[in-house]
Amino acid sequence: MSTAAPSKREVYLLARVGLSDSHTLAVYRAHGGYAALEKVLTGGYTPAQVIQLVKDSGLRGRGGAGFSTGLKWSFMPDPAKDPRPRYLAVNADESEPGTCKDRVLMEKDPHGLVEGILLACFAMRVRTAYVYVRGEYRRSYERMAAAIDEARAAGLVGQKILGADFACDIWMHKGAGAYICGEETGLMESLEGKRGHPRPKPPFPAGSGLWGKPTTVNNVETLSNVPFIVMRGAEWFKSLGTPKSPGNVLVGISGHVERPGVYELPLGIRARTVLEECAGGVWKGRKLKAWIPGGSSTGFLPAAKIDLALDHDSLREAGSMLGTAAMIVLDDTACTVRAMQVIARFYDHESCGQCSQCREGTQWLHQIFARLERGEGRMADIELLSSLANGMAPAKTICALSDAAAIPTHAIVKHFRHELEEHVKLGRCPLAAPHEVRDWVHSEETAEEAHA
Amino acid sequence: MSSPGKPSLPAALVREFEELVRHYPERRAALIPALHRCQEELGGWLSPETLEACAAFFGLAPVEVFGVASFYPMFHLHPAGKHVVGVCHNIACALRGAEEILGAVCRATGAQPGKVSPDGRYTVERVECQGACTAAPMLVLDGVFHENLRPADVERVLAAVPRSPGRLLESLR
Repeated sequence: MSTAAPSKREVYLLARVGLSDSHTLAVYRAHGGYAALEKVLTGGYTPAQVIQLVKDSGLRGRGGAGFSTGLKWSFMPDPAKDPRPRYLAVNADESEPGTCKDRVLMEKDPHGLVEGILLACFAMRVRTAYVYVRGEYRRSYERMAAAIDEARAAGLVGQKILGADFACDIWMHKGAGAYICGEETGLMESLEGKRGHPRPKPPFPAGSGLWGKPTTVNNVETLSNVPFIVMRGAEWFKSLGTPKSPGNVLVGISGHVERPGVYELPLGIRARTVLEECAGGVWKGRKLKAWIPGGSSTGFLPAAKIDLALDHDSLREAGSMLGTAAMIVLDDTACTVRAMQVIARFYDHESCGQCSQCREGTQWLHQIFARLERGEGRMADIELLSSLANGMAPAKTICALSDAAAIPTHAIVKHFRHELEEHVKLGRCPLAAPHEVRDWVHSEETAEEAHA
Repeated sequence: MSSPGKPSLPAALVREFEELVRHYPERRAALIPALHRCQEELGGWLSPETLEACAAFFGLAPVEVFGVASFYPMFHLHPAGKHVVGVCHNIACALRGAEEILGAVCRATGAQPGKVSPDGRYTVERVECQGACTAAPMLVLDGVFHENLRPADVERVLAAVPRSPGRLLESLR
């Protein structure tokens, strides 16, 4: 996959990924690796100072929610008052459709994540971290496991790290392919060896997380930013991106573009710039019809919105979300209804089934989009979609998977209502040949059987 | 642990899992990684006997272990083909020809999605997003990603099978 970024912009997260053997300790150290850990451990930093530095930098979580990382860390109780064991769980369960950026970091720069984990553990006085990697990411797992072994052998993981009074162990943990385990409480259940059923909040993980102990869950890319913030300072970090969304972000772009890839760009970059400069524009000389800004749960936006900035606030104002900054592009020959059916099928498949709104709602959405695409929909279905989505979100269920299906449903009704109506009026998909839809329906039925 | 007639895990896996459980404050946390290893070493699927043996090792009721195994799509609870081919059908792959890749896989293997091929060589599955969206479409063959595929590539990819999973390290005792 392509991981280049236009050279005129500052690149740090992916600065090492083009080097040969970038995943090894030797190359990492030769390019400034573990200097941040050394700075903190030998420079007289206190854990509170590291938390303050991360707070001051304005770093926001890169896993989708965009919460302040420093603030999250500060929720961990004071060990003097709460001496229970405490944990860091690294969320490497990247699975929002469209998203494949953490994989680049783990495969090409695993020591960067190890150093970020160690700094986070120092700041939160954590002695045990688990890296929960989705089961499908075999190479990420292998590279991370090898990096941790190398770091342990070099005295960077384990007891008396760099001779300082700091001990920290990092263990790899393999998931087994369920989207819901990327939700932080589902991840914790899964890490405890259970079904990945999200837990109601409160209690929040900082008070009662893994095994009921104080726990923080951080995304891979979030932690990979930390060594750079420690080395270069909060002001430098804030010089990149926007005032409310500082720093660079890994933007993935997939779908109907010439050069799909993962690109490192400052937050607040215009979506058009990513599409045209990085990805080489819509493929085959076609025109843009629709695009998704941050993974499949953030919903389709029309071509007219391509000048939006990719940052938390701009996208929220536009009724969408930055999510995982994973853009998915549809050209003008694509059917948004079919694309939405694929998305709805996914959330139907991945609902854990605890909450009725989500369990039933995702199934209904999938069925309705499927019949609209087959040409068997009714005009009333469009209102039914809205009404269902209103019953599913916001904040009506234990976790946000229900929202993840409702948000793109609202988006398609709002921005592409005409395409839904056209499917009903014509009694068929206007963009596909009849045999194509027949094959599609057949393969869908096969999929249903496979899931049954 | 090994009462007569009850399945138990091969000694090599027991040694491995005893090491694994030390990473966690509670043994059960090692269950999912352990199920992965069982599937790899004990025939490519999780048989009722394997689940029962795992339950005995972890001190859980067999139904608890079945409940966990059945939640996670990567675990096979029915005999799988010698090689497992997963074709991602999620949005980024769907936009770049996933259905054509799936069709080519079905033709090349003789298996229908969700089924084992008549010769027992392949299980073909539709899988959800694998995190290869910028290299779509893709398939996973025995855990290895093959990306940026065209339908014409499928035969070549299937011919270059890395190694046989499901090799029997030791059968259940």
